[in-house]
Amino acid sequence: MPNHRLKPLSPLGHDTPVVTTIGPVTISEMIDRALASVATRRDQDKAVAAAAKTLGIPLPGAGHFEQAGVFSSFWLGPDQWMVEAPFASHEDIVAILKPTFGRAASITEQTDAWVRFDVSGKELPSMFERLCTFDLRSHGTGSATRTVIDHLGCYVIIRGEALLSVIGPRSSAQSLHHALVVAAQSAF
Amino acid sequence: MIINHPLLGPRDAQEFVYLGDANLINRPDGLAEGAADAFYEYLYLRDNPAGEHRELWYHEQGDRSWLVVTRNTLTHDIKSVELARDVARKMGRSK
Repeated sequence: MPNHRLKPLSPLGHDTPVVTTIGPVTISEMIDRALASVATRRDQDKAVAAAAKTLGIPLPGAGHFEQAGVFSSFWLGPDQWMVEAPFASHEDIVAILKPTFGRAASITEQTDAWVRFDVSGKELPSMFERLCTFDLRSHGTGSATRTVIDHLGCYVIIRGEALLSVIGPRSSAQSLHHALVVAAQSAF
Repeated sequence: MIINHPLLGPRDAQEFVYLGDANLINRPDGLAEGAADAFYEYLYLRDNPAGEHRELWYHEQGDRSWLVVTRNTLTHDIKSVELARDVARKMGRSK
C-alpha cells in the first residue's frame, strides 16, 4: 500500500472551514454534519415511521425541519427526508440507518454532495430577500424549503431566530459563497 | 404568477416548469388493441382552449412534485392546484 498523506479539504478548498463576517452577519462553512436522504418505498409509510421512531429520527411535515437528539431532518418532498447527524460519530451514516429501515426506504449518502453555510446574525430577511423568493418574514423557526439562489437549487433551513443554513451543491460552493457575500455586502 | 402549492403554500412561478395539458398523465396502454391510434391521439391531438385549462406543472426548484393546475388561459387566474399523484389516485391508479 502506498503511504498516502492526503489532507481532507473543505468544500471551499481549504483545510479549515471559512468564516466570513460582514456587518452583523457571519457566514460559516460547516463540515460537521453527515447527510443521508431517506425516501419511502411504495406502501411502506408505516414501516418507515416505525424505523424512524426506533432510531429517534424526526420526520417533519411538508416544508419543515426538526431536531431530536443527535439526529435532525428536513422535508425534501412527499415521503422524503434529509437526515443530518454529527459527522464525527455518523460518518458512515447509511450503514447506521440501513439495518433499521431495511427495505422500507431507499437511503442514499449525501454528505459530500452538498456544502452547508450557516448564516447567523440579525436582520437576515433583508439579506435573503436579495437572494431568493423564500420569504423569511412569513416563515418562522423550523421552516425548511428548497429554492433558487443565484441559479443554484439550495435548501434554506431556519434553525433559530438568528440562525439559518443554506445547503447547496458542493461543486458550486465558491459561487454560492460569493452570492451570499455579495448579498450581505449589499444589505449591510 | 403565484402558484398555490397544496403542500408548501404560495410559490413563485419561476420555481416551476410547465409541461402542458393534464391529459398527459393518461398515457395509453402500449400493448392494448389500437395502441398506435391511441398514441397518435395522446401525442398529437390536444385541446387548446381560450379559457379554463387543466395543465401539468413541475416544481423543479422546490420539492419536485408534479401538480395539476386549473388555470384560465385568458386571465391567468388559477382556480385550483392539486398534486398530480392525488389526481391519478382519484382515477383509481397507483396505490
